[in-house]
Amino acid sequence: MSPAEIRAKVIEILADILPDDDLSQLKDDVPLREQVELDSMDFLDIVMELRKRYRIQIPEDDYIHLATLSGTVKYLEPLMKDLPK
Amino acid sequence: MYDSIIIGAGMSGLAAGIRLAHFGQRVCMLERHYAVGGLNSYYRLGRRNYDVGLHAVTNYRPKGDKRGPLARLLRQLRFAWEDFGLAPQVGSRIAFPGVTLDFNNDPALLEAEIAKSFPREIDNFRRLQTEILDYGGIETPKARSSARDIVGQTIHDPLLVEMLFCPIMLYGSASERDMEFGQFSILFRSIFQEGLARPISGIRMILKKLVQRFKLLGGELRLRAGVQRITVEGGEVREIVLDDGSALAARKILSSAGWCETMRLCEMPAVVEPIESGQLSFIESVSTLNVEPRELGYKQTMVFFNDSERFDWQRPSDLADVRSGVVCSPNNFCYDSATAAGEGTMRLTARANFIRWNSLPEEEYRREKQHWYERMVASAVRFIPDFRPHVVDVDVFTPKTIRRFTGHDNGAVYGTPKKHYDGTTPLKNLFICGTDQGLVGIIGALISGITMANRHLLARE
Repeated sequence: MSPAEIRAKVIEILADILPDDDLSQLKDDVPLREQVELDSMDFLDIVMELRKRYRIQIPEDDYIHLATLSGTVKYLEPLMKDLPK
Repeated sequence: MYDSIIIGAGMSGLAAGIRLAHFGQRVCMLERHYAVGGLNSYYRLGRRNYDVGLHAVTNYRPKGDKRGPLARLLRQLRFAWEDFGLAPQVGSRIAFPGVTLDFNNDPALLEAEIAKSFPREIDNFRRLQTEILDYGGIETPKARSSARDIVGQTIHDPLLVEMLFCPIMLYGSASERDMEFGQFSILFRSIFQEGLARPISGIRMILKKLVQRFKLLGGELRLRAGVQRITVEGGEVREIVLDDGSALAARKILSSAGWCETMRLCEMPAVVEPIESGQLSFIESVSTLNVEPRELGYKQTMVFFNDSERFDWQRPSDLADVRSGVVCSPNNFCYDSATAAGEGTMRLTARANFIRWNSLPEEEYRREKQHWYERMVASAVRFIPDFRPHVVDVDVFTPKTIRRFTGHDNGAVYGTPKKHYDGTTPLKNLFICGTDQGLVGIIGALISGITMANRHLLARE
């Protein structure tokens, strides 16, 4: 997957967790929690959805890299680049 | 071998089951009764639909509000706001002799009512509200301080104190006389700052959605599958033995059967002191009328009444105590579409004593049910229009009924007074959820199931 494709997959997960939010305007470098209502339980759901869908295990110490959309994509790139689209 | 076994298909068990199944676990849910719902269930009798437990759903927020327990649980369960079909209340009342306080889903009304009836207390009341708002969320009930102390220090008129405790204790205090301030805050917010609502077709609508989703995700629901005992080995659950003698195993077990009830299943009586079981239960009647209640002048959704200046909250020594209670008409919610015209429903609830009801011989039990129904209605109509000439049908249930269908000790609707907030047990793969974990009400129970599933059954090994 390319970075753009990974970004689309992350948005897909966010859309499932936050069905009522408009995600088309999300800014890549602004923390997600400043842009959408995302509490700690929802945040954990992103991690769990990644595990469920792509078998990616993210250790708790790495959650810090998932604050922004661009950070998330950068963190996931080495883990997802070999996955088929 | 399952990943998880859930004991009890009530609100908390179903919510937990959906979370676990959603994340790919193999889940089996066991329910002794032939219907789901537990303390919030439904039945059909004489061609009429009845709800158990449901007066109203608390914690109501309108669509689009993304904060609070309702929005959070919808996100966690991947439901749309519309799925629960909630219609907000019309407005409710706390009625004491000579003084009433009206409230609805806009907290400004209660404030205005207090300013009118207790002008010297309005600033104190606002201070109390701030304290409650600062008190942490519904997921983190922790403090063990006396609500009577804290509220009594903030509000000085004892009558106003009693009037605030009345709906809050009736709506969820598992402990007698006093409660933890944390629990008080959660209930205060869920009733007065968020609000009351009801699905147009009652609780069955929410339950059907939950069951449907659970099954769609591959969850296995077994009705008429009571747990006879839980076998233990080396500090862990080994097997769940069902009433029919068959045995099941899972990596982890989540029980909504109640703390004492679950510990007894484990054959670990040493862990359970008898005093831990809840004592507070209710007698409840549902009267069907040949008119809509508002045609008789009953315009409220709910009325919490008490006939003296002091509100008692303890197990009655008699079969029931009808000096205080809750009146609720499911007709009086702001539904989008019309309800069946020409018929009305009045639901009345008062405290009752399980041991007394349970010890009555069958014939006397039936007679007392009728007798206490009449006394309860006679007490309530001092505060609301007299609907008695319009009653065409009545169903009454007692603590014994609640015990029979939910399995909860003493028919205790709000569970044990000693909550187990972290949900852990002496056995390392057994956890509890539901009213005994700490959260009561429909929304509370759903949140309980979700948080316990997240914390203990979904957590990575």
